Formats: sequence, structure tokens, C-alpha cells
Amino acid sequence: MVLKNSINLKSSILAAALVLILLVLPPFLPRFYVYIFAVIFMTALLAMSLNMVVGHGGLFQFHHGAFYGVGAYTVALMLTKTSLPMWTGFVAAPLMAALVGLLIGLFCVRLTRLYFGMLQISLGSLVWAIAFRWYSLTGGDDGIHGIPIPSLIASSKGAYYFSLILLTICLIIMYLIYKSPFGATLQAIRDNPERCEAIGINVRRHQLLAIVIATFFAGIAGVLFVVVEGSVFPDLLFWVFSLEIFIMCLLGGWFTFAGPILGAAIMVSLRTFVGAYTEYWTLILGIILIFLIFFLPEGVWGFFMEKFGSPQKRMAEEDHK
Amino acid sequence: MESAQTFTLAALGSQFLVGLSRAMILFIVSSGMSLVLGVLRVPNVAHGSLYMIGAFSAFSISTLFGGGTIGFWLALLLAPLVVALVSLVAERSLFCHLYEREHLMLLLFTFALMLILGDLVKMFWGADYRSIMAPPMLRGSVPVFGSPFPKYNLFLLIVGPIVAILLYLFTNKTKIGKISRAAAVDMEMVGAIGINVSWVFAFAFVLGCLLAGLGGALISPTISITLGMDHDIIMEAFLIVAIGGLGNIWGALVGSLIFGLTQSIGLLFWPQFAIVFPYAAVVIVLTWRPRGLLKSVW
Repeated sequence: MVLKNSINLKSSILAAALVLILLVLPPFLPRFYVYIFAVIFMTALLAMSLNMVVGHGGLFQFHHGAFYGVGAYTVALMLTKTSLPMWTGFVAAPLMAALVGLLIGLFCVRLTRLYFGMLQISLGSLVWAIAFRWYSLTGGDDGIHGIPIPSLIASSKGAYYFSLILLTICLIIMYLIYKSPFGATLQAIRDNPERCEAIGINVRRHQLLAIVIATFFAGIAGVLFVVVEGSVFPDLLFWVFSLEIFIMCLLGGWFTFAGPILGAAIMVSLRTFVGAYTEYWTLILGIILIFLIFFLPEGVWGFFMEKFGSPQKRMAEEDHK
Repeated sequence: MESAQTFTLAALGSQFLVGLSRAMILFIVSSGMSLVLGVLRVPNVAHGSLYMIGAFSAFSISTLFGGGTIGFWLALLLAPLVVALVSLVAERSLFCHLYEREHLMLLLFTFALMLILGDLVKMFWGADYRSIMAPPMLRGSVPVFGSPFPKYNLFLLIVGPIVAILLYLFTNKTKIGKISRAAAVDMEMVGAIGINVSWVFAFAFVLGCLLAGLGGALISPTISITLGMDHDIIMEAFLIVAIGGLGNIWGALVGSLIFGLTQSIGLLFWPQFAIVFPYAAVVIVLTWRPRGLLKSVW
């Protein structure tokens, strides 16, 4: 009943049409663009998973990249160092990411706001330091290259379809979570934690569960990274990259459901096409960020929703605020 | 047997002193971060970049004045001022317009500043490794605990406490220092009695950044100055202010000592993973006292 009410027919038809277009697109695209799309899908999943805790949960998850990296390293290590079947690595990676998410989350949820964020950055950096220093296992700063990917998904088209299908499945699950009573509670906690506490909601447990779910999806994004790139390196777990994911959420609009997908698409495209012309990509990124902070704090998607969205929806959203 | 033990003790002792002098640099940098955290309530992510600019400016200034003794002292004096100027420009042109906004926006602004400053350093100084020499009187080493100990580290052991005392005198005995401390506790009240809070913020921000620049200038003779030196220090400064208590300058001192000592002693036992020891100390401290060892001003 709840689900029936919550799924908007028009948006779901639009989304289904978009997925269909993306499914038939690859044969008409040059190989490079197929690859870029796969990167966008993977990054979109990562940004969406972060937004579950940042946008919907109101938590300062500053080091999301650590969990993404844990997922990627888990699958890379299982494919290169063990002779277990391929799929076990694909299953183990999100579980491992969620486990690390649980461990770090246990420490962090005791704190609030910036304290939460700073503790998470530091614990995530510890994970980075281990990946960076432990040469014999992780290859240190060289990372791991030439990971044997199952042949079905090793080609650029294979990786494209694999990431598109996984992204679609994950998005559907995320949407169901977003619209579920748990998702509603989480958003209520974001807006007023004290009141939620007062009416008997266990705030910490909800936040912890949200972190575990989000880190699980980050682990799936890590698997996609390995499938698309065929390698891992410690930069994935570096805190600067984590803040970059954070910017994607901001850029797309973090109070919307699909905004981070747009943010990820914009960032990946900019990095690919602007980054090809200049070695000062981070300078441009910084300028973009300042522009966002000053002019588009609700994100691109939020901006268009406000300008061109239907009036009823706009009013509903204002009431919500 | 006997000699092996004295050797270990001597090694421990000199490693302890190395850790202590490292802690002094960490203290100078993290006290600046703590000051900004206390007054503006925002972790300055660009703090490490300003430290890097401090080191690079020290290199340029010292080269400009011939690289000798005078060059070194002038670099130590002027490099922090260069950093202060950079931060003043950033603060007055952009940052000060954000004080009314959410704190997350302030934080993201400092992140943007970090990205921009990092690339500007790359533009001005390039990706090469640079180094500067300490003046002759601070070169070489003296025997301490039977093993040679660099003179420059002894110099750092003197500078650290001087900076701590100056900071104490400044925040507790001068009017502007007292106003800054009051703004850290209750910004609205400070505004209500007619003080221009925006300028207090600017002042605290610039002073904090100046300390980052001083740290960068002080460390420059002991390391190779290069891009990326901002990343290590910013993470360490974050952790130090977190375990010390956000915004508490003495907390920054305690945190720096914990961090510097666990790091250098850890180097003795497990060189490859020495980095793990301070992090482990941080986890223990924050599990035991989630809000840091000393009282946070938040």
C-alpha cells in the first residue's frame, strides 16, 4: 500500500525510458564514450550511496571513499590472490565494505556533526594508510593492476551493461529504502534529531543502519570500479576523493533523490573533457565549488526543480522544509 | 647484554627527543587550526595548503637573499606574513560573505580554497623538490644520550614553547585576544555589545593561517619541500585538534605531544607501520573521551 502510493507513475516511466535508451545506446557510440558512460554509472552509484547518509540522513559522512576503496580492494585481492570462484569476490566486497562501515560507524555515531565528520576522516585515513603502506598485500602506492575480470564483462560494452544493470537494480532498492518507513524516519532525524529522540526513535541505531546500508552500496560501486578499470590504487581511499564525491552530491542537489546521479555525470564529464586540456584540474574544481557555494547551494537539480517544477510539488517541498 | 640495553635506551631517548621536536611543529600548525576552529567553528581544510605555501615562500625568500644566514632568518620572519596575506585576501574577498550560512558551506569553501591553493603552488613553484639549508649555527648535531642529535631539532624544541607562551599571553592578556576567546564562546553576545564580529573572525582566521605558515617555514630546512606535503599535515592537524578538544589551544599541545611521540617511538618498533601508532592512539583517546582530552569550546 505504502509502495503503491509512493511510486510516481510519470517519473517511473521517464526513468524506465531512460534505462531503455541507455540499453540500446552502446552499438552507436564510439568505444571511448561507452567507457565514459560506464564510469558515470559507477560514480553515480557511489554518489547515490553517499547521499543516502548525507542528503537523507544529515550525517557528515566525509570519508565515503574509504568504503568504496575497501570494496574495490576486496574484490581485487580475491580475484588476484585466491582461486575462489569469481562471484565470491563480487559478493564479499560489499559485505566487507559494510563491515568496515559498521566498525567505523560504531565510533562515529556517538558524535554529532563536525565531530562525526572529523573522526570519520581520521578513521578512513587509517584505512588509506594501511592500503598505502602494506606493500606485500596491496602493492602500496602502485596498487594492483591487471586484475582478471570474467570475460563476459571484461570488454568495455560488457562493463557498460554490467554497471548499468547493477546501477538500475541498486537505484530501485535505494528508492524503496528512501520511501520506506525507515527512510522517512531517517529524514525526520535529519530535520530534527531531538524531537525524534523524544518520541522514542533510537537515533543512533537508525544512523548506524543507514551508514551500513550506504557503505554496502559503496562496496558495490567499488566492484564496478574494478570491473570498469581492471585495477585499484590507494587514491580511491584518499580523503580528497571522498570530498569530491561530497561535491557531486552538492552539485546535483542533495535534498533530491536523483540529484547525485546528475552531479556524478557532470563531474565525470568535466574531469574527462576539461581535465584533458589542462593540468590544473583541481583549480577548476575549486572554482566550480566556490561557484556552487555562492550561487547554487541547492544543487543543479534542486535549482531546476525550484524554477521549473510543478507548483504543487514545489509547495509540498516548501512545506516539507 | 649491557651494551645492547644502553644502546636501546639511548635510541629510545633520542627518538623521544625527535618526537618532541616533531611535536613542536605539529603544535604550531595545529594550534592555528584550533584557533580557527574555536572562533569560526570550521575546520580549515586549506590549513595544510597554507603550511605548504609557508614552506615554498621560505624557500623563495631564502633564495632571494642569497640562501645564507640572513636569508634563513628573513624567510622565517616573512614567509608566515606571506601566508597571512594570502589568507587575508581569501577571507575578505570571499570567505567573509559566508559567515551567515550553514557551517557545511564554510567547510566546503575551505576545501575549495585547498584545491585552488594547491594548484596555484604548482603554477608558481612547479612540481620539483626544493630544499633550503639551515644557517651554519644550526647545522650539524650535538651528542645527546650518547647519540648525535640534530641542532636544528634542538632549535625547534626552543621555538615551540616560545610560540606557546606568546599564544598564551596573546589570548589571555591582550584585548583582541580576549575578544577572540569571547567570540569563540558566544559570538552573538560579542556582536551585541558592538564589536564587529566579522573582523574578529578575519583576525582569528589570519592568525591561524599565519601559524600554519610559520610551521611550514620552520619545517622547511628539515624536509624536501614539495607538492603534496599539505595532505599529511592536514590530516595530522585534524586528528590532533580532535583528540585535544576542538578549539582548545592547550588541547592542541597535548594532542601534538601524543601524536609526535607515538609516531617517533613507533618508528623504533615497527618502521613500516609507524603511521599506525598515532592513529591507534587517536582511536583509543576518542573511544575513551569522544570530545577530546581537554575541554572543547564548542
